[in-house]
Amino acid sequence: MAVMEMKEAINQALKEEMIRDEKVFILGEEVAEYNGAYKVTKGLLDHFGPKRVIDTPISETGFTGLAVGAAMMGLRPVVEFMSFNFSFVAFDQIISNAAKMYYMSGGLFNIPMVMRGPNGAGPRVSSQHSHNVESLYAHFPGLRVMSPSNPADAKGMLKSAIRCNDPVIFLENELAYSLKGEVPDGDNLVPIGKGDIKREGTDVTIIAWSRMMSLAKAAAEELAKEGIHAELLDPRTLKPLDMPLIAASVKKTNRVVVVEEGHYFCGLGSQVAESIYRDLFDYLDAPIQRIAQGENPMPYAANLEAATLPSVEKIVMAAKQAAYRA
Amino acid sequence: MASTKNEVSSLTKEKLVEMLEKMLVIRHFEEASIKAYQQKKIAGFLHTYIGQEAVGVGTLAHKLPQDSVVTTYRCHGLYLALGGNPKAGMAELFGRITGCARGKGGSMHFFSKEHNFLGGHGIVGGQFGVGIGAAFKSNYDEDNAVSMIFFGDGATVQGTLHESMNLAALWDLPAIFICEDNQYGMGTACTRAIANTDIASKAEAYGIKGYTLNGMDLHEVHDRMGEIIKEVRATRRPVLIHMKTYRYFGHSVSDAGLYRTKDEVDSWKAKDPIQVISRGLIESKGLSEDEFKNLQKKIKSQVQEAVDFADESPEPPIEELTQHVYMDEAGNP
Repeated sequence: MAVMEMKEAINQALKEEMIRDEKVFILGEEVAEYNGAYKVTKGLLDHFGPKRVIDTPISETGFTGLAVGAAMMGLRPVVEFMSFNFSFVAFDQIISNAAKMYYMSGGLFNIPMVMRGPNGAGPRVSSQHSHNVESLYAHFPGLRVMSPSNPADAKGMLKSAIRCNDPVIFLENELAYSLKGEVPDGDNLVPIGKGDIKREGTDVTIIAWSRMMSLAKAAAEELAKEGIHAELLDPRTLKPLDMPLIAASVKKTNRVVVVEEGHYFCGLGSQVAESIYRDLFDYLDAPIQRIAQGENPMPYAANLEAATLPSVEKIVMAAKQAAYRA
Repeated sequence: MASTKNEVSSLTKEKLVEMLEKMLVIRHFEEASIKAYQQKKIAGFLHTYIGQEAVGVGTLAHKLPQDSVVTTYRCHGLYLALGGNPKAGMAELFGRITGCARGKGGSMHFFSKEHNFLGGHGIVGGQFGVGIGAAFKSNYDEDNAVSMIFFGDGATVQGTLHESMNLAALWDLPAIFICEDNQYGMGTACTRAIANTDIASKAEAYGIKGYTLNGMDLHEVHDRMGEIIKEVRATRRPVLIHMKTYRYFGHSVSDAGLYRTKDEVDSWKAKDPIQVISRGLIESKGLSEDEFKNLQKKIKSQVQEAVDFADESPEPPIEELTQHVYMDEAGNP
């Protein structure tokens, strides 16, 4: 068991999978000679050479489309978006091609392809560089969406994503790349569709993923001081959701807070809440509370940015409301 | 329009008959599909290839098994030119389980794994990336294949073409960009949509070769594409081909074609590759009128068999609705 940063864990997953399967290659902006805009692909060019670690021009539609075609012909591309904000430029390739190909070809051509990179707000980068895309991509059948909250999960989840025969949207987070954690040695896979309880509790279930789990952990510490024992549930895979795990937790606590970094309206949290209302209504003792980003583009000013994003205080307040302790 | 080579036959009778047969299969298949559409056996969009047969047949005569082909929603012709089964094609149009995409793709999304036919694609310009991806794979695996990427004149002003030509030129991808310029992007004449209609000249911007060919002339398409494909196979440098051709029918079956004159349509029909080739075969290659009639009869009955097959095939079972959304079960691997 070694302690490492999130970006190092992701790097290890890429390296190990590229050693395991020569069909796996990486392409994206600055992934090779620059060693990655956030150094996630550091050293991979030196190890695998320019055939398998490929710097692309600033041409998201072109290189994402290329990856779809290469995947149809049997390769296993890993596309790095320097940020998922730039994936919008390639939206047609992701939705009309990657997500639909297997179905509309009647099962003739599958797309074993991972699209990965940082999702969510960076520090003070304003409106066009702060999008959360999970609810967008999770909407379309054909895509799987995963988003890890710690280094061990990041490594195990990415290894599964690369071995998956379907297109996977793999959402990292710039503000979490330096998050440290223990990572098991060896070939540990986190299965697609399996969530994880990050902290056991009895009074309220807080469902959160990616960087929001760090906030939820801090909130759980605060709540514990007041005698409220929160259970922290990380779905890890956002599509498909691990409903058996969510059900077990809701049946135990009967109260739920869903936290996401993306906007409130049509946010993924609304789907999580709906799934719980649909399947588990009788187990709820209070309305589900949702914490999400405000209904405005991301501002630059520090105070406004802080005001629109989820925070530990907001999560604590929501948990108290769910527990009728506000 | 380049000078016609139709009268100057360098090809053997056997090769010409083989290509004539393919063109006839496409022509009759498309005519049958229009009829079935009018009978409400087919729905949705239906874009026919009638008029453009020489482009697909002349080019794909040079396709090797490892090569790949991708195109637009006007995809029936290339599927048939590749040797795709007309029964599976017609069944796809009818929305039946026996279709080449199990009734889930429809007119715009024909596929064939055995021919590396990477599909008909419904978004204008959406197929370029797929095509250069297949070319990338050829270099990655060093398998000597080329990728043929067909598109319409309307797609020449989509950014995807330019991104894809840049990547293909930058990385020496064996991609053959083939513009089937049928003069109209839906109902908009290319002169109203494209600032520079000399499409081959766009190759210069990427440091690659561009060629303009008469897409109505089967000999020219066959002979020149043979040379060009051979060159790309060897050099791994992409090329851009401008094929001047024409669709006799509207953009789709719902298009009455009010934006063009009967004279214009007739002037192109006068160069019809099927008529020119069959006449040439009869006049100078010793094909008898009877042989030609028998050929037509054979193909008509082959197409009728495809229609009957489609009509008699069952619709997809309801379980098919949720199959092929994902290849893996959740939780795997």
